Amino acid sequence: MQTSSFIVMVLVLGALAYRLARRRALAAVGGPSGIRQLHSLPGYYGLLAAIWCVFPALAVLGAWQVLQERVLVDLVLAHQPGAAAGLTDDQKGLLLNDVRNVVDGSVAAADAPPQVQAAAAEWRRLEGIGRLAGGSLALGVGLAGGLLVWRRVGPQMRARNRVERLVELNLLLCSLLAIATTIGIVVSVLYEALQFFRMVPIGEFLFGLKWSPQMAIRADQVGSSGAFGAVPLFLGTLLISAIAMLIAVPIGLFSAIYLAEYADRRVRAVTKPLLELLAGVPTVVYGFFAALTVGPLLRGAGQAVGLTVASESALAAGLVMGIMIIPFVSSLADDMITAVPRSLRDGAYALGATRSETIRQVVLPAALPGIAGGVLLAVSRAIGETMIVVMAAGLSANLTVNPLQAVTTVTVQIVTLLVGDQEFDSPKTLAAFALGLVLFVVTLGLNIVALQIVRRYREQYE
Amino acid sequence: MSSPAAASTRPTHAKVAASLRRRYRSERLFRAAGLAAVAIGIVFVVFVFYTIIAQGYGAFAQTYLRLEVDYTREVLDPNGTHARADLESADYAALVKGALRAQFPEVTERPELRALYALVSSAAEVQLRERVLANPALVGQRESVWLLAKDQVDLLAKGQVDRRAPEADRNVDDRTIAWFDRLAAGHRVAKRFNVGFFTGGDSREPEQAGVWGAVVGSLLTLVVTLALSFPIGVAAAVYLEEFAPRNRLTDLIEVNINNLAAVPSIVFGLLGLAVFIQFFGLPRSAPLVGGLVLTLMTLPTIIITSRAALKAVPPSIREAALGMGASPVQTVLHHVLPLSLPGMLTGAIIGMARALGESAPLLMIGMVAFVADVPRGLTSAATVLPVQVYLWSNSPERAFVERTSGAIIVLLAFLLVMNAAAVVLRSRFERRW
Amino acid sequence: MTTTGDQAPPSAPRASPRAAPEPPRPGAVIDTRTVGEVTVENPVVSARHVNVHYGEKHAIKDVSLDIGRNAVIALIGPSGCGKSTFLRSLNRMNDTIEGARVTGSITLDGQDIYDKRQDVVQLRARVGMVFQKPNPFPKSIYENIAYGPRIHGLAANRADLDEVVQTSLRKAGLWDEVKDRLDHSGTSLSGGQQQRLCIARAIAVDPEVILMDEPCSALDPIATAKIEDLIDELRRNYTIVIVTHNMQQAARVSQRTAYFHLGDLIEVGATDQIFTNPRHRLTEDYITGRFG
Repeated sequence: MQTSSFIVMVLVLGALAYRLARRRALAAVGGPSGIRQLHSLPGYYGLLAAIWCVFPALAVLGAWQVLQERVLVDLVLAHQPGAAAGLTDDQKGLLLNDVRNVVDGSVAAADAPPQVQAAAAEWRRLEGIGRLAGGSLALGVGLAGGLLVWRRVGPQMRARNRVERLVELNLLLCSLLAIATTIGIVVSVLYEALQFFRMVPIGEFLFGLKWSPQMAIRADQVGSSGAFGAVPLFLGTLLISAIAMLIAVPIGLFSAIYLAEYADRRVRAVTKPLLELLAGVPTVVYGFFAALTVGPLLRGAGQAVGLTVASESALAAGLVMGIMIIPFVSSLADDMITAVPRSLRDGAYALGATRSETIRQVVLPAALPGIAGGVLLAVSRAIGETMIVVMAAGLSANLTVNPLQAVTTVTVQIVTLLVGDQEFDSPKTLAAFALGLVLFVVTLGLNIVALQIVRRYREQYE
Repeated sequence: MSSPAAASTRPTHAKVAASLRRRYRSERLFRAAGLAAVAIGIVFVVFVFYTIIAQGYGAFAQTYLRLEVDYTREVLDPNGTHARADLESADYAALVKGALRAQFPEVTERPELRALYALVSSAAEVQLRERVLANPALVGQRESVWLLAKDQVDLLAKGQVDRRAPEADRNVDDRTIAWFDRLAAGHRVAKRFNVGFFTGGDSREPEQAGVWGAVVGSLLTLVVTLALSFPIGVAAAVYLEEFAPRNRLTDLIEVNINNLAAVPSIVFGLLGLAVFIQFFGLPRSAPLVGGLVLTLMTLPTIIITSRAALKAVPPSIREAALGMGASPVQTVLHHVLPLSLPGMLTGAIIGMARALGESAPLLMIGMVAFVADVPRGLTSAATVLPVQVYLWSNSPERAFVERTSGAIIVLLAFLLVMNAAAVVLRSRFERRW
Repeated sequence: MTTTGDQAPPSAPRASPRAAPEPPRPGAVIDTRTVGEVTVENPVVSARHVNVHYGEKHAIKDVSLDIGRNAVIALIGPSGCGKSTFLRSLNRMNDTIEGARVTGSITLDGQDIYDKRQDVVQLRARVGMVFQKPNPFPKSIYENIAYGPRIHGLAANRADLDEVVQTSLRKAGLWDEVKDRLDHSGTSLSGGQQQRLCIARAIAVDPEVILMDEPCSALDPIATAKIEDLIDELRRNYTIVIVTHNMQQAARVSQRTAYFHLGDLIEVGATDQIFTNPRHRLTEDYITGRFG
């Protein structure tokens, strides 16, 4: 029996519960003529029964599915001849992998060693029993739930209110997913990061000046020789972000000002969407553009004036990242500038201020908190941006602020450490989570501050 | 700027007049700065799109070489049995090599021959086998066939090799160029529309690589994302906008949603790796996991736009329904939700467009594996379009540059269609209350 | 004059029985349908055949009116009658509204302010404006007042500026209330104080004319009374044009009153006459509260 067939059976059961409860409700008031005596429309009674039938059953099925895997692993290992106790965790993992491959059929059973074959057979047997047991349990729960409602169906039962309360509960659960995601991020990243800090002291990680995680590639070297000082990464991230902001803030801000205050409607109608095209371009495209076009271009330009520019210079990555962030800054700045009430502009114009005086001395100061918030959000984006730097910035963790040299960033290192084979007990893999934790904490801090500023600013003019 | 009205009764006005020159100069400067910023922005837009398109449009054409293929009996059917199994396992590469040798009989030395054989792609063998299997009567015949050229020849044909550069600086040697020129002179070189690019999976050989596998991977991933994020996002938005009391919990949810919208996407990748793959044991590289990760990532966007759509429905509609004795749930389901649906769909499309362009979190969950097959299900190994772009851009072969740009054009075309759909939806269903 | 006609209210005929035609004075012949004397001796501002369009909307129709020196003229009329539009055309604030178009001529001391060579910045330094809702800049009280003199280069040094700020605040009757907290934000003041701050801000650039667009409509009666006293005080040095909804206010503060209706200037006259003996039926209907 497949799990999917149990799901179908549960759904059939639910449909049955719907029909029966509906009919019972009608019967209780003597058919459709007595429908006014029912508290709710008959469909609601059916719905309530169906809900109480299907959802608990599916929940049981789902929970069983998750738990079964773990129980199976333990059982199969426990039944191993020669006692699995003698095996190390790695060997267990390998064995399980082989067993799984045989079970899936991705490796022909005949090719596998006898031990694996036996284990696979055991696995299949247990899995079959488990599925059957879980499916039966789910069907039983569904039946019980449906029956419970069915028995209580009557004119007095407030079926609609109950259904609606369940609907609302469901809506609430959906909105709680946002909190769950945050908790998920914090817990998972923190958990792995803490494991990392058990191997590498946190002080060394945060303040160390040397980063070379490649050292710890072999198992016998774990934690012994890799250098995990993340300062070069932090500095590289800041350098590239700073270059990006130097490009994006003036261009974004000034184009927002020009489009909001100077350009006439037709120019604005053409120019604004054109600039916003930049926001729709996927970051991987920017990465390609930076690596293939801008990088060589800067190198050539550097050679022309006698400067050595690394082919993966911080400047190229920062420049392209700046281009990417322009529309972000300009649309936020545009929001903030247009939020400044007209009366303030009128006040300045009526005193005889020129347009630029009005903008510089009245509009911008009034919009400043909002713009600052927007810029902080942009910084947080620059810090977290991944593809551009992965493709255009280097891997070499240079401790430099020279934009013509190659630097590496937090996100680049996360990607390099995690792409490819991962072992969740090597500091190399875990270091990625430690970096992720730093990234999350920093961007979260920036976001909270920025959103707070922006919100307070908006309220001020509402 | 002297004014005719300067003859005024008050002394201050002379001072005002005196200040004008300086002030208008700074006005002009300021205005020019704004204009320059807009111009620079537009130059960037044009530059980005121009480079991509200029580099990529070539990927839509493919070079073929016309060779005289001798379907020799000795190679195809050495036992003379006409058995299909023999035809299937025959050494078609030998046919291709023979055809090349026949074209250039003067080439006899081994290393030189190897260079000669490199004119034609390894896909040519498959091409010949299919021809023979479809028509076994060909055995023993001779025929002129257009065969897929190797990437270097393709570059030559498209003029992307600088012939004036010293030989050591280009990856096509003089000899190959000479062969190519002879073929071209004999009208044996042609460029055709590159069907394989749109129908094929990934390949290590640039001339055989296609985007279809990645497109399917993207579609599967997006289906999962949409199926999860739209209902959940709408439900969350409805709760927060229509039912939620204002208390600590809902404030916390609000703050969370706004912050999650600004969390770097790579962090969602870490979450997916740790939770879905490490904890729940879901398969790596699978569209299912990709979809789950992108769901978490796009959910805040969808919730925020859906809430805006709900806010746009005027309270009078709700009051009318409630006044008829509808319950709050009925009011929302029967009236508010249908009215705000176009706005929500627009938001969903924009969210999907963002998800389609996203690659960083998918790197974390292993969607960067080399997958030559077109994925068949939600759990089979797959990659997505932007990650394909990333993979190809990392390939050393020069010919992949064109492919990468070509894949980018395909990606941008999808995004354009989605955004256009959102704009149309918005303008068609936008209601002014 | 070709623009009106069929759009004019039917009850405003050229030869209304009450509208006894004024004998035209030599040298000041004005073709207007307005009842009463639109011209004055030695005007500061004189508008002739002014039309204002907002896109399709014809907001002011062929209005001619002189504004006398060092006096208060009130513009009254029902909402949407064009009085604020007319006011805003006097210092070209309509320029800031997209799609606004002004034709006809408006002169300030004999100089056409819509002339191409007229500098709008300079014009506004001479014709200041106070708005319906107080709109202090979100800066300190001091900076609010100092802003105008600063941009126009009116003060040579800090001491000069202090002086200007102090006199302006004194003239606006606000000095005693704020002298100890000049560094507080302008927005921290009460509504009435904010409006007087805006008046002080306008005075600080030493204009000849001050336009006031319903300056008291957002204020309580006590604050309103203070502003009215202030207007009466300012009349000695400045020409004031005030738009108001409040007829009592017009009666209290102005010497002349002009009544607008649907973009037409219906009647102009001495305030006493307008309020006690209106000559046009529309004016009378409005004054007696039959509509508004």
